[in-house]
Order: sequence, then C-alpha cells, then structure tokens
Amino acid sequence: MSKLVQGYEVVIGFETHAQLSTKSKIFSRASVAFGAEPNTQACAVDMALPGTLPVMNIGAVERAIEFGLAINAHIAERSIFARKNYFYPDLPKGYQISQFEIPVVQGGEVSFFLEEGKETVRKTVRLERAHLEEDAGKSLHEDSSLGASIGDGRGQSGIDLNRAGTPLLEIVTQPDMRSSEEAVAYAKELHKIVTWIGICDGNMQEGSFRCDANVSVRKPGGQLGTRREIKNLNSFKFMQQAIDYEVRWQIDQIEDGIAIQQATVLFDTDTGETRAMRTKEDAADYRYFPDPDLPPLVIGRDWVERVKGEMAELPRVMAERFVQDYALPEYDATQLTQSKAVAAYFEATAKACGQAKLASNWIMGEVSRRLNASEKSIEQAPVSAAQLAALIGRISDNTISNNAARQVFEGLWNQEGDVDVIIEAKGLKQMNDTGELEKIIDEVLAANPKNVEEFKAGNAKALNGLVGPIMKASKGKANPGQVNALLMKKLG
Amino acid sequence: MTVAELAQALKTKQASAVEVATGFLARLGGNPHNAFLDIDSEVTLAQAQASDARLAAGTAGPLEGVPVGHKDVFVTRDFATTAGSKILTGYRSPFDATLVQKLGASASGGAGMVTVGKLNCDEFAMGSANENSAFGKVTNPWDTARVPGGSSGGSAAAVAARLVPAATGTDTGGSIRQPASFCGITGIKPTYGRASRYGMIAYASSLDQGGPMARTAEDCALLLSAMCGPDLDRDSTSLDVPAEDFTASLKNSIEGLRIGIPKEFFGEGLSADVRAAVDGALREYEKLGAKLVPISLPRTELSIPVYYIIAPAEASSNLSRFDGVKFGHRAKDYTDLVDMYKKTRAEGFGNEVKRRIMTGAYVLSHGYYDAYYLQAQKIRRMIADDFQNAFKECDVIAGPVAPSVAWKFGENAGDPVADYLADIFTLPASLAGLPGMSVPAGFGAGNMPVGLQLIGNYFKEAQLLNAAHRLQQATDFHLQKPAGV
Amino acid sequence: MSLTPQDIARIANLARLELQPEESERMLTQINGFFGIVQAMQAVDTTGIEPMAHPVAAIQDITLRLRPDVASEPNQRDLNQRSAPAVERGLFLVPKVIE
Repeated sequence: MSKLVQGYEVVIGFETHAQLSTKSKIFSRASVAFGAEPNTQACAVDMALPGTLPVMNIGAVERAIEFGLAINAHIAERSIFARKNYFYPDLPKGYQISQFEIPVVQGGEVSFFLEEGKETVRKTVRLERAHLEEDAGKSLHEDSSLGASIGDGRGQSGIDLNRAGTPLLEIVTQPDMRSSEEAVAYAKELHKIVTWIGICDGNMQEGSFRCDANVSVRKPGGQLGTRREIKNLNSFKFMQQAIDYEVRWQIDQIEDGIAIQQATVLFDTDTGETRAMRTKEDAADYRYFPDPDLPPLVIGRDWVERVKGEMAELPRVMAERFVQDYALPEYDATQLTQSKAVAAYFEATAKACGQAKLASNWIMGEVSRRLNASEKSIEQAPVSAAQLAALIGRISDNTISNNAARQVFEGLWNQEGDVDVIIEAKGLKQMNDTGELEKIIDEVLAANPKNVEEFKAGNAKALNGLVGPIMKASKGKANPGQVNALLMKKLG
Repeated sequence: MTVAELAQALKTKQASAVEVATGFLARLGGNPHNAFLDIDSEVTLAQAQASDARLAAGTAGPLEGVPVGHKDVFVTRDFATTAGSKILTGYRSPFDATLVQKLGASASGGAGMVTVGKLNCDEFAMGSANENSAFGKVTNPWDTARVPGGSSGGSAAAVAARLVPAATGTDTGGSIRQPASFCGITGIKPTYGRASRYGMIAYASSLDQGGPMARTAEDCALLLSAMCGPDLDRDSTSLDVPAEDFTASLKNSIEGLRIGIPKEFFGEGLSADVRAAVDGALREYEKLGAKLVPISLPRTELSIPVYYIIAPAEASSNLSRFDGVKFGHRAKDYTDLVDMYKKTRAEGFGNEVKRRIMTGAYVLSHGYYDAYYLQAQKIRRMIADDFQNAFKECDVIAGPVAPSVAWKFGENAGDPVADYLADIFTLPASLAGLPGMSVPAGFGAGNMPVGLQLIGNYFKEAQLLNAAHRLQQATDFHLQKPAGV
Repeated sequence: MSLTPQDIARIANLARLELQPEESERMLTQINGFFGIVQAMQAVDTTGIEPMAHPVAAIQDITLRLRPDVASEPNQRDLNQRSAPAVERGLFLVPKVIE
C-alpha cells in the first residue's frame, strides 16, 4: 500500500553513477587518483588526440562482475560497448563510450528495511541493468578570472579532463520506489553494497557516488506520469529534500491544470528548490551505435565462478548467517551488516561474550549513538570489541546492573581503563550479598508500612514504592532481580 | 633505386644515409605535384645521421637509412600533421603513430627508415582523386592534367615521381590500391587488424588499414613485414597474429595458382583500355602456370551503398573530437559555445567531409539506424561470406582496380555520387577486411597506367605479394617512369 | 528516402556544422542523390543475418582484449596541450558553459 501525497502516488526510479575503485582509467593507463592538478592525469587517449584508441581495463570489468553477483543479477556472457554521441566541452571525443542495447549486468535487486509508521517493512527494488561507461571531465565555471589571459572579458569556463575516462558503473532501477524515504533507503543500501564489496569508495563529496532521481506522480491506478530527472544528488540529506520538493511541485502544477514536461532539473541546496536546466536540444538524439574500436566483451562462466569464490561474504548472506547462527532478528542482522567493519566488530564481541543479542543491542544502541555524535567510524571507536564483550560479561554474571553498565561504558569510551578497573574505581559493583540486601529490605519495609499493607491488599503497583527506596538505600548497587525475588519472599 | 637496393647499398656502405637523404631532399625541393605537406630537412638529416651511427655500430635495422614518406593521416611528433585539413592547422602530435615507429628509428625497435616528410592526401582520407585536400590538389606525375587518385594521392605521386623510394598510405575503400593503379606503382592493404591503427587518424574505424606503396612487390613486402604485427597494448582491433616475413615466399612458383575472375568486375562499366591491360596481365599469369577460374561476387554493386553508409556513419562520430577545444583550429568570432563549435567546424572542414558527416549523422539518427546502418552491416557480412564461397574455388581473386584510368581534373565536376560509383571494385575487399593489392599491369587511354587488383583471403598477404612479384619478373610495367622523371 | 530542408537543419545542428543557405541547398540535393543508390540496399532480405562489426569476425570470433589495471601514463600535460587554442593554468578554456 503506497503512501500517497495529496492523493497522488509517487513513482521514483534511480540512476546511480558509481566511480569504480580501479587504479587506472577504463580505456587508458592514466591514474584516477582524486585531487591532481588540472589535466596532469589526462593522457593522449583521454584528451582524444587524433589517432588515439581505447583499450579496456580488466579491473573495471571485474568490479562489474562483483556488483552483478552482489545483487543477484545476470552477468551477460557477451556485452557490447556503444558510442553515445553529443557535444560538450568535458566530453573530449564528442562521444561517450558506454553500453546501450546489451549491458554487462542485467536485472538484479536490492533489499532493505524501511520504517513505515511503527512497522519495519522489508522493501525490494528491482534493478533494470548496470553497465560500464567512462566518466566525463569537469567544467569549472565559478572562477570569473578565467579567460583574462586571452582577453575575454565575458569570462570563460575551464575544462579539466583528469576525470575523463574514469570507469563508471551506471546502475539503473525499475521505477519501483513509492516515497522519498524509500528512495533514500535504497540509495543508502546501494551505497553500502558498493563500498562493502570494495568496488567504489563511496565518497559522495568527491563525486564517487552520484544519484539521479526520476520522479513522477499519478493518481492511484492511473497511467505513469511524465517524469522529471533530478540530477547529481550527492548527499542523502538533500536527496530526500529534493524529491519531496519536486513531488509537491509536480502536484501543484497538475492541480493547476499544467501538464508536466519532461525535463532535467537540478536541486538548489540554498533555496531548497528544483529548477529545470537550460533545455537541451529536442529530445537529444545520441545516435548510439556499437563502437567499432571495441570488439564484444566476453565474460566466461569460469571467470564469474572464480570472482564469486574470491568475493568476501556479501552483506545479505552474512545477515542471513547472523539470523541463523546468532538467533538474531532480521532487522538486527541487517543493521549489523551495514559495513564490514561493523559486522566484524559485532562478531568479535558476540564470540567473546557469547551474548549475541546483548552485543547487538549495545552496538546498535550506545555504540552507534556515540559514534554518530562524535562523527567517528567504528574503526575509530575508543571501545574495542573485547572491552564491550567484557562489559556484557559483567552484566551477564550480575557483577553490575544495566544502569551501572552505562556508566562503565562511559568510562570505557573516555578510555579510563578496562572494565573491571572502572567498575572498581566508580564503585559500581552490584550488591549481590543477599544478607546485606535483606537487611536493607527489612529496614525499608519497616519504614513504609502503608505500601506493605496496600500490596498485601492486592495492589501490585505498591511494590514500586518500595523498590525505589531499596535501590536508593543500596546506592544503586542492589541487583534488581534479587530485590524483586526477596521482596516477594518476604511479603508472601 | 628501389628500397631493397637502397637498403643493400647502405648496409654495404656504398652510400651513407645522410648522402641518400640529401639526394632525396634535393629532388623534392619545390614540392613537385604538391605531393608534400610538411618537410623539415633538419629533422630528416638528424634521423639520417642516427642511421649512419647504427650502420657503423652494426645495430642497423632491416631498412636502415632508407627514406620514406608518411601519408599525413599518420601522426608524427617531429612533423606537422594535418590529415589534409584546415581543422588541424598547427597541430603537433605528442606521439608517433605505431606504424611510424615500426618503420622508424631502429634504436626504438623500428626498421630504421628516415622520414622525408608528410604526404598530401584527401581531407581525412575521404576522396578518390586527392582533390579534397585543403592544401591543394596533387597532380599525377604521368600527366599533370590528371588526378593521381586518392585518398593517398600524395603518397602515390611521390613514389611515381621518385621523390621517395616508398611511402605509407591508408586504404579504407581503396585509397592505397586506386592511387597505386593511377600512378603505376605497387601498393598493398593488409588484412584488417594486421597493421596497428594507433596514431592513424580515424576515418572509418572498421575499414581503415595502413599499408606500403612503392615501385615493386618486393619493396612492399619489405615495408609490410615491418608494419604488420600485433599492437595489443594500444589498439583493441589489432589482431594477435605474429609478424611475418613477407619476402620469404616472394620467389615461389605460382604453378597451379587458381586465380578467380569475378564476372561482376568485368561488366559494361569497365572501360575497354583497362580491360585490355588487365586481360594482358591475366594472360601473363596463365603463362606462369596459373589457372583462371570464373567466380561470382554477386553483391559487388551493393558494396557501394553499404560502404557509403558505414564509412560516413563511423566518420561522423570519429570527427566529433575536432571541436576547437583541445587542439587545432578554433574560429575567431563566435557568440557562445555552440556557435564556436559550429563556426570552427564549418571553417575547418571541406565540403566532402561535411557531406559525409551529414550523411553519417543522418543514417545513425533516431529512427533510421535499423534501416540504414544496421542493414548495411548485415549486408556487409553477406559480402564477406560471398568471398569465402569464392575462395573455395580459387586462391586469389584478380580484376581491375578502377573502371578507368586516371581522369582529367574537372571531368567529374560536382557530382560526388559519380566518384562513389568508381570505387566499385575496391570496396568489396575493404568491407570484408581482406588483403588487396594493386600491381602495374600495363597502360591505357592517354598512356596512363593501369593496375591489376589482387585480393587474397585473410592473412594471405604473402601469397598476394608472391603473385605480384612473379608478374613483375615477367613484365616491366613497374619499371616504367613518367616522362621527365 | 527524401530528405527535407528541415532534416538538413536538424542534422547540421546535431553535427555542430554551420551551413550557409546555398550550402544547405547543395547538401540537400547531393545527399538526396546519394540516397537514390541506397534504395537497392534496403530491398535486400537480411533476415537472420548478424551484423558485422569487426571484418575478421567473418572467420573467427574477435573478442575484447583486457589490459591489467595499472596506471603507467606519466604527466605530459605541456606536451599534450601544446596545440591547444586556449589554455590557462592548465585548463582548456572554452566560452562559458551555462547549465
């Protein structure tokens, strides 16, 4: 049941360009390292100098195979590179080498969890395809002093071709998403997958992972509406804002009787609005044809099997294993497999203390909270898996209460020492000596006869009035389980 | 002297490379026939000096010190490269084409030849008469009122006029074979993929091949041996077929060689004088023990529309990089970026190039791809299959190179389609990617040279050169010189 | 297949060529003349025939060669840009690009 906006159903499809983590470009041997001086990583092939020709990088193909395996797609045994012809200064050949009719990865799906109201729902977005292509260079517009050297007062744009030829995997979904939340959740899951399997560094600020959202609206049961494409969404935060704005804008237009025109739009982060780009020529005719410089790419079954064998356990598979081996709920397993590092941290903790669910709770709870607040990644966590395991151990063996555990964790986070040292230093050891506890209970019972009477009269809640003072008198060290047990014994 | 003779003379120190180079540089002073587009005697003499050092040290390459001219679609570091076009005014390539390297400095693994200059050609290799060069037409040394053929017109004229002993050309639809025929010299286009296209400015990627043009089959064999070979690191269409010594079997007997004669090559369009010369050469072959076998290449005529769909389509895309941004000409006055592109390309490209870009863009455009480009690529396969059928009955195929001898300037005035029709005999082998040669076979109208075309099966260059060599031992057409040379 | 002046204008725009009016007219006539000979090609029955991309595919399967992922190209900016019409601080200059 789709979430409607003002009575309209939202239909979203994504195209994501992921820069592949190769060392050299897809068709040349220039480096792809980020941040170099302009045009120092653009060789003759990248600059499209006359007579140059493309030669395919095996690393790009291998990463495409890995992606296809990770999303359960069909990996084409034979795929074709095609030229997409158009003129733009950052496209040196006047065409982009891409794949058109026969891409290397076909089909596949991405699953993730989405909070819908109070429920956690599992969603699956189908992929149409993923194909290899080359990235374009960059245009620099902001510098108004460019052009001074040639006496052009109007200002010029500067073209840097370092990025031209960087391998890209273009990942295209079916229009399966029905809300901006779902779209962002998909994007986050896709981001996790490509970084997990190591084919992309996922650095959105550097442009390694760029999303375009195709958005349309329709009345439920109606035909698909005309879509507009929001280009270059480079942060999850702005992604949701942009889609929400676009949806409201389209609905407003339709309600005003204005038909939606197909367009490419950009999201202005300052104004929070989407606006159409300068319209390109009437439905750009790219004149696709198979690139005569590149014979068909053949990927044999044995290569795919070898890659499969060498791939690290995929997040989905690992999550299923967590469910099986550690009796964790699906939701927990998915959260814990958000990255290899988190998963490794969890497993180390769980194995060391033998309390998988507790480990999961602590990692998804306290650890995550503190990491987010301090903008740290789990690799930088001041509390090691071993320490967390030790902490959980001290909870399980009743040395400390849950409450006390939080204080111990604080101490661990501030690197005040190991678990036992901190327990000792903060005097947090739970009172497990029933003798002393009985004495306190007797004192409290004596001091609160009214509560005792009410409880014996049948008011179970009256117990709370007794537990509080008991905990206080024990300076929080009483073991709540023991307190309850002893109270019940004494009060019959 | 031929390449073979020069190589020998240099090796045996009868002359030095500097002496030889100086001699040729003197001959091409004044640029006879407008054959050259760039000459730089300093660069040439420096190369010659290096060759002399290698010869002295005993580290000489097989063609050390022998001069060569390069068609101006091969990029060179040390000479200008224009592809016969204004759009590449001022262009200096930072690298040499692979074929230039393979023929060049032996210190870098090449054959040791000395580059004498860059040779005129039809703009971006589009043309059959070298009338489409932005830098003026080339004249035929046999009759300067006539075309030399194209697109490798400068290469053919330079060899015929003895301005260089050998030259490189490129052949996309016949651009080595046809000018070789019109200028009375020998030229060969190898199997597609045998000679690297890296550094060869692309016209039609699935058709372009570089090859040698010289006066004898032996000379062609010497150069071709150096030019062919895998270039796996730089050209994805280069075949992993080992380099071959094409001279090894030159002298083999051709007793029993089956020569296929396609009936479609001898129809009404073939002028009588060409037919007579070709028939004469075929009779020579029979005397040498070859057998003539009638065959059919039924789709010969279709090769014209098929070629003129595929080649312009690929060219329209290949030429998009000439946009005034990274190199070459840029218009002086323009209003904005799109205007800059349009004016730059309008100013930089000649009429034939524009025509082919337009045709190519049209046949690839939305809605027409299936009917034109895709259909043409399918018929192309059928044409290739026709050849395979023919090669069941014969070893090589022979026939004319062109329907007539070189025409006079202005004869085909204004109608590009008439020019296209004259390519009918060379286009089929180009489409199939088969190796093809032109060998001097006699003379026709106006005493103009006539070439015999030999087409071989894939990788059978040695067989073609052998057949050509045997003809040249039995005839002397290839030894004739234009008057005044 | 007969082209119209609108076709010529559209294609010229796609190909980024500025054509003068008499050039456009001449182009129209010449290209239409050419398409006259293309008609024979369209009549051919090519059902079941695979298009031919690499000529030698007629006799053997030609597939894409893959090179190792090694960044070996050195920085040759000055050499590569030596024929550029307009360069400043290593950037190619073009009339301002408006998005």
